[in-house]
Amino acid sequence: MFLPFFYELRRRGLKVGAQEALALAGALRAGLHDSHLDGFYHVARALLVHSETQLDAFDQAFLAHFQGVESASLELTQELLHWLEEARERPDLSPEEVALLEQLDPEEIRRLFEERLKEQKERHDGGNRWVGTGGTSPFGNNGFGREGIRVGGGAGNRQGRALMQAGARKYAGYRDDVVLDTRQMAVALRKLRAFARDGAPDELDVDESIAATARNAGELEVVTRPPRRPNTRVVLAMDVGGSMDPYAALVSRLFSVASQATHFKELRTYYFHNCVYGKLYATPQLTGGITVPELVAQVGRHHKLVMVGDASMAPYELSIRTDAQGHYKTDGLEGLTWLMQLAQHFERNVWLNPEPMGTWRSGTISVIARVFPMFALTVEGLGEAVTHLTRGRTVRGAAARR
Amino acid sequence: MSQAPTPVRFKGTDTYLTHESLQAAVNCALTLQRPLLVKGEPGTGKTLLAEAIAEALGHRLITWHVKSTTRAQDGLYVYDTVQRLYDSRFNDGDVRDIRKYIRQGPLGEAFSSPERVVLLIDEVDKADLEFPNDLLHELDRMRFRVTETGDEVVAKHRPVVVITSNNEKELPDAFLRRCVFHFIDFPDAELMRRIVDVHHPGLDSALSEQALKVFYELRSFTRLRKKPSTSELIDWIAVLKAQGVNDLKLDEQLPFLGALLKKEQDLVSVAEAFGRGRRPRA
Repeated sequence: MFLPFFYELRRRGLKVGAQEALALAGALRAGLHDSHLDGFYHVARALLVHSETQLDAFDQAFLAHFQGVESASLELTQELLHWLEEARERPDLSPEEVALLEQLDPEEIRRLFEERLKEQKERHDGGNRWVGTGGTSPFGNNGFGREGIRVGGGAGNRQGRALMQAGARKYAGYRDDVVLDTRQMAVALRKLRAFARDGAPDELDVDESIAATARNAGELEVVTRPPRRPNTRVVLAMDVGGSMDPYAALVSRLFSVASQATHFKELRTYYFHNCVYGKLYATPQLTGGITVPELVAQVGRHHKLVMVGDASMAPYELSIRTDAQGHYKTDGLEGLTWLMQLAQHFERNVWLNPEPMGTWRSGTISVIARVFPMFALTVEGLGEAVTHLTRGRTVRGAAARR
Repeated sequence: MSQAPTPVRFKGTDTYLTHESLQAAVNCALTLQRPLLVKGEPGTGKTLLAEAIAEALGHRLITWHVKSTTRAQDGLYVYDTVQRLYDSRFNDGDVRDIRKYIRQGPLGEAFSSPERVVLLIDEVDKADLEFPNDLLHELDRMRFRVTETGDEVVAKHRPVVVITSNNEKELPDAFLRRCVFHFIDFPDAELMRRIVDVHHPGLDSALSEQALKVFYELRSFTRLRKKPSTSELIDWIAVLKAQGVNDLKLDEQLPFLGALLKKEQDLVSVAEAFGRGRRPRA
């Protein structure tokens, strides 16, 4: 009887299953809903929703199912926002549409995009057609150079192209490994922890106590040791603005997970734009912060350096010369040199790149990948990066200098 | 484990006001004997809910405050090795009986209690990421084994489990699936008026109106790092009452603002905002 409602919920992204169905049936049998629709609403909400982020979807599903009220427009805007947020993960525009899009003004593109989303959802439910064609999709062509598909406020050549590219790779990966939720990230970052014993000895060392007591001919000798404390120090720096905008949601998730992680002894987060020019900033608005020489002086080489960025920029941006304050100066150091300084100071460093791996072999990405070991910003990539960080010294920076 | 008799419906208490959806969630948890997971802004009464349930049902409340260092094992039992070693050294007590050195944690206490109890697991998100997963089995089966003695502790009566979370960490899906979920919304002005009435009966109605108005205006102030919540409003009104304040106006000289705003930056930004508002007149 309420099974269609369950499918309605699933269609809206609530992962309800047999367990929830049984629980709801049990509650109804016990008469908790007082044979009343309002009662049913409250009971169902308590049992089927597991997070406040799902409440809204639940309300819509309820309305749609029980009162026949179509809330499609609301759903569409929300879904659209959600998709725009992760625009690069799931764009699925066909080449024809891309051609069409080029000739349209922003409003029409937006409208078309909405239509497309609606259509896609229906077909997706119906026959898996979209997933099925994902792997061989022609969208990933590197050569698309578009004059900006202005979806979600982004602009510029590169973003338009990346929207096309993402289709091929991201869709294939979507089924197994791509979606990085905060929990997966947290689990991946947990591997970074390392413990050291220091501080006051207030933990009982059972093995040592037994050994000491035995040596003491049975006279009890209690041995204590300092408790294990996290000893990982991390410097996290993130590229913001411009070409990184499409990844903002993903990267901010990584940042929030890292800052909530309790197993780091120290976590410093910084921001930069495109490339490091002498200075790492304290805010995404590129204010405050610390110069590279200061950072190198303050933190030891055992800190783990994690750079997050798409490493994509105009080639000349790598060779802009600046002083340590980030001001242009003809006798300053090149952007690439600043990066190398960082890479050389920190024995363990990685660069996490949200761009599809297929694009890494060319352009500025390939240059930066010679300075920093580069990993993809996916669950898999993050895991590899963490393994790399914990393994040992890296000498890439020196190698890139040649 | 016996099926509990049809549980009493929870309707809130004299000092704890609820609304339908919260009652429904609590009753679901009681009937289905599942843990109740409560989320919501700090200060909306998540912890008080457990006390209210215990009071309404007439059960004892056992509280387990979770900290960042808490392990799931701590909730079950702790084996006091040091005490046993010392006792063996000084020949105090019977060290052969290992059971004497096993102290039960809150969960163990709740299981072995002869009558039904309410168990509050407070701020479950404070603990390690794996903490909720480690508790899955115990909460599901309501039993665990003491490895040192091989004894099994089985709940005589399934305790009413209330779990609160401040959303500092995501909880694992498997854990969420087993819980009845409720998100405590921030009370609207009407409910808030009733809540204030319950806590400060006989309060001058003009003052309470003004206080509520100031309170909601402050909450709508977007630059605040930490918005004031119900418990802070209650405290603030208590201070106002004690000091005999009876006229309030939202400006930079708001009395005892420190009771509402807990962050220095918030105090500064409020003072700035209202200070600036007056400058043109000066």
